[in-house]
Amino acid sequence: MWADLGLRFVLGGVIVSLFSLLGDLFQPKSFSGLFSAAPSVALATLGLTFLTHDRNYTSLEGRSMLVGAIALFVYTQLVTRLLMRRPCHSLTVACWALLLWFGTAFGIWFWVLQR
Amino acid sequence: MIIHVSLGALKQMRWKELALRFGLGGAITAAAGIIAMKFGPVIGGLFLAFPAILPASLTLVEKHEVQKKAQKGLCGSRRGRQAAAADAAGAILGSIGLAVFGFIVWQFAPNYATWLVLGSATVVWATVAFCLWLIRRQVLLARPIKPRH
Repeated sequence: MWADLGLRFVLGGVIVSLFSLLGDLFQPKSFSGLFSAAPSVALATLGLTFLTHDRNYTSLEGRSMLVGAIALFVYTQLVTRLLMRRPCHSLTVACWALLLWFGTAFGIWFWVLQR
Repeated sequence: MIIHVSLGALKQMRWKELALRFGLGGAITAAAGIIAMKFGPVIGGLFLAFPAILPASLTLVEKHEVQKKAQKGLCGSRRGRQAAAADAAGAILGSIGLAVFGFIVWQFAPNYATWLVLGSATVVWATVAFCLWLIRRQVLLARPIKPRH
């Protein structure tokens, strides 16, 4: 188990860093922001999941990832609007808005996926 | 708003910032694995789209803009927030591409090879995100400029 987690940590760290560096390379900021929502964690996780579990397991993770991405859409909408309209620090806004991500993701999970 | 490569941003990067992104990315990937092991793939899969890196990225974007303005003796807090907002606006479009990525994995993982599913899903993510960015850019350019009073 520890070897598996260690591999996930390294692989996830490398892929996330690569996408982040790609994002930093490009201008304007709205274009580099695309890489902030890159499937970096998903690539590392699903790549390993394909090796360790059957394909239906991976398919279920993909379905849940779709729900998580909807929550991410709602989250980034809130963060963008608050940063444009309020004199707030981006870290404060981004961290508090995580509550909205959790609410949306688990709300959809409860009303749609669990049934 | 032409896309161009800016090597200056890499020069501004500190090793500490790179280590932070590596650590956060690794931690959320490991955490997603633990959550999936403990609660199953339905809950674990939600965290494949968790915005773990975004708070750090937006903070770094804001900080770099503030530093750039400070070097010229200006206060850059408003510019920093605007840059972070622009970055987050890009992430809105990326999240739509991410949803399509998840959909492709959900539908095609049971029947096709790993490399084909993940590879094509990544290409589709990039294509969808880029096309949405182009559409948004055209919409913004077509808007009439409001006169300032």
